[in-house]
Amino acid sequence: MNVEKKLELLRQMYTIRIFEEKAEQLYALGKIHGTMHLSIGMEGSAVGAIATLRPDDLILSTHRGHGHCIAKGADLKRMTAEFMGKATGYCRGRGGSMHIADPEGGNLGANGVVGGGIPIAVGVGLSLKMQKRDQVILCFFGDGAANLGPFHEGLNMAAIWKLPVVYVCENNQYAMSCSTRRAFAIQRISDRAAAYGMPGVTVDGNDVMAVYEAVSAAVKRARAGEGPSMVENFTYRWRGHSKSDANVYRTREEIESWKKKCPIKRFRALLIEEGALTEERAKQIEKQSYDAIEAAVTFAEASPEPTLESIEEGVYA
Amino acid sequence: MREITYSEALREALRQEMRRDEHVFIIGEDVGIYGGAFGVTRGLFEEFGEERVIDTPISELGIAGAITGAALTGMRPVGEIMFMDFMTLASEQLVNQAAKIRFMFGGKATLPFVMRTPAGAGTGAAAQHSQSLENWFVHIPGLKVVMPSTPYDAKGLLIASIRDDNPVIFIEHKLLYRVKGPVPEEPYTIPLGAAEIKREGQDLTIVATSVMVQRSLEAAAQLASEGIEVEVVDPRTLKPLDAEPIIRSVMKTGRVLIVHEACKTGGYGGELAALIAESEAFDYLEAPIVRLAGRDMPIPYNRTLEYHAVPQVENIVAKARELAQGRI
Repeated sequence: MNVEKKLELLRQMYTIRIFEEKAEQLYALGKIHGTMHLSIGMEGSAVGAIATLRPDDLILSTHRGHGHCIAKGADLKRMTAEFMGKATGYCRGRGGSMHIADPEGGNLGANGVVGGGIPIAVGVGLSLKMQKRDQVILCFFGDGAANLGPFHEGLNMAAIWKLPVVYVCENNQYAMSCSTRRAFAIQRISDRAAAYGMPGVTVDGNDVMAVYEAVSAAVKRARAGEGPSMVENFTYRWRGHSKSDANVYRTREEIESWKKKCPIKRFRALLIEEGALTEERAKQIEKQSYDAIEAAVTFAEASPEPTLESIEEGVYA
Repeated sequence: MREITYSEALREALRQEMRRDEHVFIIGEDVGIYGGAFGVTRGLFEEFGEERVIDTPISELGIAGAITGAALTGMRPVGEIMFMDFMTLASEQLVNQAAKIRFMFGGKATLPFVMRTPAGAGTGAAAQHSQSLENWFVHIPGLKVVMPSTPYDAKGLLIASIRDDNPVIFIEHKLLYRVKGPVPEEPYTIPLGAAEIKREGQDLTIVATSVMVQRSLEAAAQLASEGIEVEVVDPRTLKPLDAEPIIRSVMKTGRVLIVHEACKTGGYGGELAALIAESEAFDYLEAPIVRLAGRDMPIPYNRTLEYHAVPQVENIVAKARELAQGRI
């Protein structure tokens, strides 16, 4: 990977972090309706995985999907406006944090149902194959989704038809409060890939380059018509499951230990060590992300609410 | 006009649409070489091949996800769920995903798919293979629900459903598959949201769905010999509903009997009754609105018990006679 692309990945990771920190602030100020699921600490997974794609490739995201959306190249203004329920948002204020979608940009949507995207990926993969399009679909899901029925049906169907799907498991070790230690009798979720006849690997999800390498191999395989793969990014969410989470199911020490494994600090240090980045340039990149988020928030706050006259628009075509 | 069965009419619709539009394909359990559990897709595998008539593992939710994802990215899939009872297994994708994606995305996505499935009792298949769950789907905004009662309607409504840009739940009836009727050979469509008067009469209106339309027509023929002229209205699509012909018919006759096979409580009849009561037809009613529906119980296996679990011709005749004679 060239230096320019590496710096772009760093910029994306900063943007995700700053977006989500800003989102927390806006929530605290009462400017966000509902709840949100933050991926702070997991930025390496979203950015490393999506960096392997062409712009015309597709993704299916999860309820913890801000990072995927930003990494797929979303317009921060429209994304923030959606977050704030405005008419200028990606979904005209109908979706919010949990349903941000940008079909034109290849983001086929976040999903409020755990595992909800896994069977949809089968249909997208089938459609791409039938139309002889050489795109791939990257389907994100969490550790919790791997224990649902749709996981079994979806991975099996993708495998028997050799569909161009890459299943990316973001294992942040907790399905709300239920730890993977309590919910799985196996150590690695990727071991399940073998049961469907597809390759499965587990990588350090906080190492953006390791994620990139593993997902690259899976994307290459999918694009070559050789079928689906699973990549498990082992990571950790620093924040609670959603805004109502008091974190009573894990220790402060555990959370602090994972903060020391911050994927952004780690990548930044690596780039400085490689001579690809200076402290000064790093600060510039961080500032660039910060400014972009501020501009997005300004745009969103100034945007109009959806009109009441339009309330039922979009229910039917 | 030539007469073919309901099943043949459905097959002809599928064949003609697949020939017309390469984006149309069929996916479901045993729809390929087997020809579908009820034979509806027989011969299509031979004509269109395994790439367009796709057999799946026993994965109903997977089928629903497959048609959702394929429709979202430019195809026009027709899924099949072998028994309507198994729609419960597919419902997460249909209810939470497919029905809502367009709305949640601010109107930026289109999901043109059809999910075909046979409902109904009368084959001795007992409680897990006989349900009529149409109202589960009627209750979900974003879905359309179609229930053809004749071979002619089956073909025209299926072609219209395939060409529609929304997710359509297309509910067939096992007992109708062998029913014959006149069907034009060329492709034609019946708009989704167009009720039809199946028989005209001035003494009483029967609003019936699916196989109950056939039974109501039989009942109407019997009642005609007693001098009671029944008007039979078939909504054909439960959602969107074409209310106007129903309301006009009730205004004409002043008496209405609603007949469906699904359990009475929470069934579509309640919706129709409320709609009539809320309409201008209310002032024309000469008797209470009456519902005749399936008993509130699972479908039993025993032939006699099964027969009595859902409305039959004689039940319709008796209830309609009472209503027409002012005894209700």
